[in-house]
Amino acid sequence: MSAKAKKILVVSSHAPYGKSTARESLDAVLAASAYEQDLQLLFVGDGVFQLLKQQDTSATGAKNLAATLPVLPLYDINDIYVHQQSLDQRQLTAADLVLEVKCLDSRQVAALMDRQEIILSF
Amino acid sequence: MVLHTVNKSPFSHCLLEQCLQVIGDKHALLLLEDGVYAALTSSPAAARLLQCHSERALAVYALAPDLRARGLLERGLLACVEAVSYADFVRLAGEYDSVQSWF
Amino acid sequence: MIFSLAIYGAPYSSQASDSAYRFATAALAGGHSIYRLFFYADGVHNATRLAAPPQDENNLPRAWRQLIEAHAIDSVVCIASALRRGIINGEEAERYGCDADNLAGGFEVSGLGQLLDAAVRCDRLITFGD
Repeated sequence: MSAKAKKILVVSSHAPYGKSTARESLDAVLAASAYEQDLQLLFVGDGVFQLLKQQDTSATGAKNLAATLPVLPLYDINDIYVHQQSLDQRQLTAADLVLEVKCLDSRQVAALMDRQEIILSF
Repeated sequence: MVLHTVNKSPFSHCLLEQCLQVIGDKHALLLLEDGVYAALTSSPAAARLLQCHSERALAVYALAPDLRARGLLERGLLACVEAVSYADFVRLAGEYDSVQSWF
Repeated sequence: MIFSLAIYGAPYSSQASDSAYRFATAALAGGHSIYRLFFYADGVHNATRLAAPPQDENNLPRAWRQLIEAHAIDSVVCIASALRRGIINGEEAERYGCDADNLAGGFEVSGLGQLLDAAVRCDRLITFGD
């Protein structure tokens, strides 16, 4: 990471497949990883559904997002956060997810946003 | 300090509710496009917006051109909502450190 | 203040690109500058030069072109989004054996890295989602 690395948060708030936004957020994160910025990723709202285990898109024609998400650490993206209340509302726990994530309560999400210079919203 | 924008109606989406869950102290909210329906006194988010405004001093803005386009400018709007122009939107975007768009 | 705008909505489908256009106009009028407009996902449809809306309707693709030309704004269309949606310049049309191209002047096609570059080099990035 360069000394001038900018703090950038990608907020991903859409469920996969119904709309292309979730896929596009992941593409943006992967492209961004090459730029050596201080990149962080937050899943919130329906965005947490992207992380659900056992997704199988073989009968829908969509690219399986859950198959790609586990590569994020290989791209040096390790600051991956999930909004705990979004999980709770959907009766999900960290054990239901394909990635190891850091769960944040609402106050911590606000604090995470406060630490950023740029937010890329999806 | 983050400026949050919401562009969906609270009558059919829970986007505003989601935004208000994580919105921090000293953050602000700008309603635009269909998001401006949240400014109605009949809005499902009315009580929550008034509460955030009075208890946490949340600043709530709504884009006047979007209110006007939807026939809302002369209707009963929540007292905590300030109608603003695009020039104000630009100014607010500069005043806050970053912008989170909920859509 | 230097702004970058990320635009995800197609004209005539959602209000997103119209809002972005109005924000861009207001920012420039207020003496600010725009480092880059980045058209992503359905936003790439703003870059067609073949849109022919009825005379009495706002011609948003044309309005973008005029704004981009008047202020020499760097305007990038995400190449992956564009190719998927049939927004294509002459060079790519030739590469993919297409019988026409439709990218308007003033727009460039480039990779998603340009979105990140836009974020890094501006003071504020504003997303206009659909």
